[in-house]
Amino acid sequence: MQKWFMLTLVGNDRPGIVAHVSNALYEGGCHLGEASMMRLGGNFTIMLMVKFAGNSKALYDLLSSVTDSLSLNVHVDQIDAQLHEHRVPDVLISVHGADRAGIVAQVTRALAEAGLDILDLESDVGGSAQAPIYIMQIEGVARAGLPALRAALEAATRDTGIFAQIEPIETLVG
Amino acid sequence: MPVLTVLTYPDARLKEVAKPVDSCDGALRTLVHDLETTMRASPGGVGIAAPQVGVLLRAVIVDVSIKKNIAHHGRMVLINPEILLWEDMAVGREGCMSVPDYTGNVMRAQRIKVQAYNEFGHATQYECVGYEARAVQHELDHLDGMLFIDRLVSRRHDLFARVKKN
Repeated sequence: MQKWFMLTLVGNDRPGIVAHVSNALYEGGCHLGEASMMRLGGNFTIMLMVKFAGNSKALYDLLSSVTDSLSLNVHVDQIDAQLHEHRVPDVLISVHGADRAGIVAQVTRALAEAGLDILDLESDVGGSAQAPIYIMQIEGVARAGLPALRAALEAATRDTGIFAQIEPIETLVG
Repeated sequence: MPVLTVLTYPDARLKEVAKPVDSCDGALRTLVHDLETTMRASPGGVGIAAPQVGVLLRAVIVDVSIKKNIAHHGRMVLINPEILLWEDMAVGREGCMSVPDYTGNVMRAQRIKVQAYNEFGHATQYECVGYEARAVQHELDHLDGMLFIDRLVSRRHDLFARVKKN
């Protein structure tokens, strides 16, 4: 029986990582599911759902020649997972400010207490080495409604120099 | 008034260009009626186009009045519609009855002027803004074999210019 695995791969970015990894998986009889792949700080990172008939050890073995040749760190977890169960986000939160420790912790703690379920979080450090800025975008579900999140966000960012805004995501179904 | 079966991607009929309606007759009004029944049977559905039920004719219905606090024209039947004017592009989130379990960001005009006939053959013109304008553009795309997944833009909003090294 085929099972779902979460495959995590990280390594110095270089051309061909996705092509080599996905070819090895395809030739090994795997089926791919949802994925997140991104270059972070010069590393290429992959989080990938893989459906596979064997066990974790067999999946490591199947990938070993590719991960060795591309110097990728690999981690495999068997997971309980289903496709076709997307939750639809109803709120988008944008946060930015001069980079300093604690922005994510303060903002997300306040939002969690006000009923936010995070579905997707992307953050980046822009600006320059001398004046870095932190930028974060969160999509989620406001379980306790948008006003509660707005109030929590305002309280968490007041007098901090962090700019935050919150807006509803109205998904059109046509 | 049956609820019609909605085609889902990758049904090839969703990628075809629909033909103009020749006459606004009883058969068309039956189609419009069935389309409306089908649209209202879908939770949250604010529009439907004839190709979504396998009828390759240029006929759509849009009704965004279930959304609170927005400008709208109520139920709009748009036969052989043409958009005369587009203004103010913006990104918004869309889903589709023909593409279940997926939503994505699409760039659309915030303000449009559309001319069409209604199901009785009367020429009409609407100026739509915001959510309603988005819904009209989404439905009209179906008449040209375009789905919102053909128009996806990145979910990552570029708030600052990327510095290119080298």
